[in-house]
Amino acid sequence: MNAPDRSAPDPHGFLRGRERWRPVEALPWLIAIGAFFALPDYMILGTQVITMIIFALSLDLILGYAGIVSLGHAAYFGAGAYATGMLSAHLGWGEPISGLLFGGAVAGLVGFVSGWVLLRYHGLTLLMLTLATAIMLQELANVLEVWTGGFDGLLGMEFTPLFGLFENDLWGHAYYWYALAVLAICFLFARRLVHSAFGRTLVGIRENTRRMHAIGSPVHWRLVTVYTASATMAGLAGALFAEINAYVTLDVLSFARSGAVLIVLILGGTGRLYGAFVGATVYVILEDELAKASPEFWEFGVGLVLVLVVLFFRGGLLGGLDSAARRLKEARS
Amino acid sequence: MNPVLNAAVSILFDGLAYGMLLFIISVGLSITMGLMGFVNLAHGAFAMAGGYVTVSLMNLLGVPFLPALGGAFVIVAAVSMPIERLIYLPLYRAGELDQVLLSIGVVFMAIAGATFVWGSTPPSIRMPDFLTGQVDLGFKTFPAYRTFTIGVGMAMILALWLGFERTIIGAKIRAAVDNRAMAQAVGIDVDRLFVVTFALGSGLAAMGGGLAIEIVGLSPPFAIQYLVFFLIVVAVGGLGSIRGAFVAAIVLGIIDTAGKYLWPDGGAFFIYAAAVLLLLVKPWGLFGREQT
Amino acid sequence: MTPALEVRDLCRSFGALHVARNINLALAPGARQALIGPNGAGKTMLVNLITGALKPDSGAVFVRGEEITDLGQAARVKKGLARTYQINQLFRELTVLENIALSVAERRRRGANLLQPFSRNRETVDEAAQLIETLRLGDDMLKPIRELPYGRQRLVEIAITLGQRPEVLLLDEPAAGVPSTESHIILEALDALPDNIAILIIEHDMEVVFRFAEQVTVLVGGAVLVEGPPAAIAKDEGVRAVYLGEHEHG
Ligand SMILES: Nc1ncnc2c1ncn2[C@@H]1O[C@H](COP(=O)(O)OP(=O)(O)O)[C@@H](O)[C@H]1O
Ligand SMILES: [Mg+2]
Repeated sequence: MNAPDRSAPDPHGFLRGRERWRPVEALPWLIAIGAFFALPDYMILGTQVITMIIFALSLDLILGYAGIVSLGHAAYFGAGAYATGMLSAHLGWGEPISGLLFGGAVAGLVGFVSGWVLLRYHGLTLLMLTLATAIMLQELANVLEVWTGGFDGLLGMEFTPLFGLFENDLWGHAYYWYALAVLAICFLFARRLVHSAFGRTLVGIRENTRRMHAIGSPVHWRLVTVYTASATMAGLAGALFAEINAYVTLDVLSFARSGAVLIVLILGGTGRLYGAFVGATVYVILEDELAKASPEFWEFGVGLVLVLVVLFFRGGLLGGLDSAARRLKEARS
Repeated sequence: MNPVLNAAVSILFDGLAYGMLLFIISVGLSITMGLMGFVNLAHGAFAMAGGYVTVSLMNLLGVPFLPALGGAFVIVAAVSMPIERLIYLPLYRAGELDQVLLSIGVVFMAIAGATFVWGSTPPSIRMPDFLTGQVDLGFKTFPAYRTFTIGVGMAMILALWLGFERTIIGAKIRAAVDNRAMAQAVGIDVDRLFVVTFALGSGLAAMGGGLAIEIVGLSPPFAIQYLVFFLIVVAVGGLGSIRGAFVAAIVLGIIDTAGKYLWPDGGAFFIYAAAVLLLLVKPWGLFGREQT
Repeated sequence: MTPALEVRDLCRSFGALHVARNINLALAPGARQALIGPNGAGKTMLVNLITGALKPDSGAVFVRGEEITDLGQAARVKKGLARTYQINQLFRELTVLENIALSVAERRRRGANLLQPFSRNRETVDEAAQLIETLRLGDDMLKPIRELPYGRQRLVEIAITLGQRPEVLLLDEPAAGVPSTESHIILEALDALPDNIAILIIEHDMEVVFRFAEQVTVLVGGAVLVEGPPAAIAKDEGVRAVYLGEHEHG
């Protein structure tokens, strides 16, 4: 049966084909690099987009692949932001790359501990617990005013130039590349992870947890592992946010932020990694355009789009693109 | 009276009034979530809408406060029905993610709409004389409005209890919360039941929103600000349990009020921590039944 | 000889409903045993109790002499205990290949590998392909489950479990919902299993029971009514009254 047979499908080839890089996957990176040269004045916005992509990508790992619905993913974004911020503001450690790694590690630890507890629960209980965890952290940050700056926010961060050379300049040029590099590393990791055996077991858990137990899968540990990875990545996004702005407020832990990242991912499409890219780009740019001009219009629009996406375009933008392409193909043949 | 005792009684009293508000607003959410398993994060929007209907009826049409509250109940309940049929119905069988997203969308639209129509500055309303000032309950005087709120809460719990225990529709709702499949099998039209329950819950929330104006204020973000509290009441009390929602709301109201008096900055943290701990130990809440 | 599977005094009730009353059962290595009984007798519940999906109120379960009553489901699987479901439990968005390869990968303890592409697990994939061959699923190998008719899905259900290479196999009505033209595939797949596997099959079709089983246990109302070779069971008056009687009435 190992002999190649033209009529029989080839399982190895099929699985390899899934994992193979496609030419179109170069597109986001080409756009990102092109944007630097074409739109040099928009690099601060570009950095915001990238930060949001990393954050949404981290959510996609748990939501899109493992099926964990979280209403409190900002907990880990915020943990990373405060960790990096406090390291600089209180301990005077301003080297950005190690600061970033520290933020990611702290968020990962918070993710590991909270995930270990929370992921024993399902459904509504889990939903409530994720929500409450983030709000609890927010309240904690509010209470620990001495360290976090409380309601007024954490000030006094100072970061040294990247590699001792590149300052966070007013136009955000250096940090654009920095953020893009962090995104590239996070993306490579996420892509590896979802195509690994581990990644397949996550989809298995999403599709049928009961059966995963019955084929001997240590479901809880699998979930804790991906949750920790996701929290670390969210923490990196938060740390990046802190370094870019040199300022962190309680808002990094807010329900609004947890909601926004969920919306971004749904808008782009879940369980496909690139949904985070599309969703974050569209959302952050539109928000920048509309939210200032007419906040009510923006908010109403987001709400309406969300309702429409859920009712009619469940795959998000990329899902819509997919089915449009499929229909085109069918129409042709 | 001893000043410590005096403060304690005040806290208890204010907490009770606040808890009643939470109960009136949350009880509908508890029942609809218990009945259909629908995670409706837009419930607070109905309370917010009720607040604005009350304000509009009073300030634009000169309707007195009490009829305006009734008006808020009726109008919001009526409006909630087509919303339920059009937007919620398609998603009853969907996963909780879809329900969460959809209802977040509804909240966003509601907040934006309210800001557009009523602006973001909190409106003020003129209370009737008998609700301003203090009432003397013999051993101590209490703010009249809070006394009134507690009275309304008591009346509501009585009405709900009678409604659920003594009417046919109440029995049907209880049966359906208990075991939807079984209820359907014995010929209860659960879908229709849900419209009614949804409208009732939204109406109650609206009335709660109207009552809340004098206590916590009203502005469009109300729809989401207190959402976590409503959800905690529902989750801690146990889905579909009126008694659970009542106990959870009162306890939450009193603890939160005490926290604000005694430790203005840190109180909220302990509420969330306590709610999380309770849910960890009793995932189905105080009075909820295990869902399988 | 130590039994491959042993169940001792297993009890479980939901309120007033006793789904298992003092059930005792032993399967020798290589046993081919059938479990029959009317609908609602508690057959599926017994499987749930044995595999740990449901906790017993009292009693104990042993696999090859080792007590597993307090182990979780996944740990029991690692002891060689596997089951199929009466109602398919599949990964609907994944392909047939992935459904089965997932099971094999878990058995081979590949599932924790975070960074190696799944396709590198060549042996896992080969083994999955072999199972696909056995269950004649070749044509559907690359289709997602949701595109398959129920009968074909049923074969995947069984292949996933066989991917565990169990030593004790519990089959909950494996042929239910499979068109009669395809049900022989299941029996042939079972016949092809190594002789030393102990198999407990829940089955309504008496013809299948006669062909397959050497021993039959009859469960009624959560309790074992009688146990014996198929021929003796078929003649048993009590069984006729309860079980066959119920069947005639539907
Ligand atoms: N979660 C549950 N709670 C209460 N009773 C249950 C539950 N699940 C199944 N039952 C009951 O347990 C009994 C045994 O069911 P089952 O094992 O599925 O029967 P069988 O597989 O023999 O047809 C039935 O009466 C069924 O109604
Ligand atoms: Mg059964």
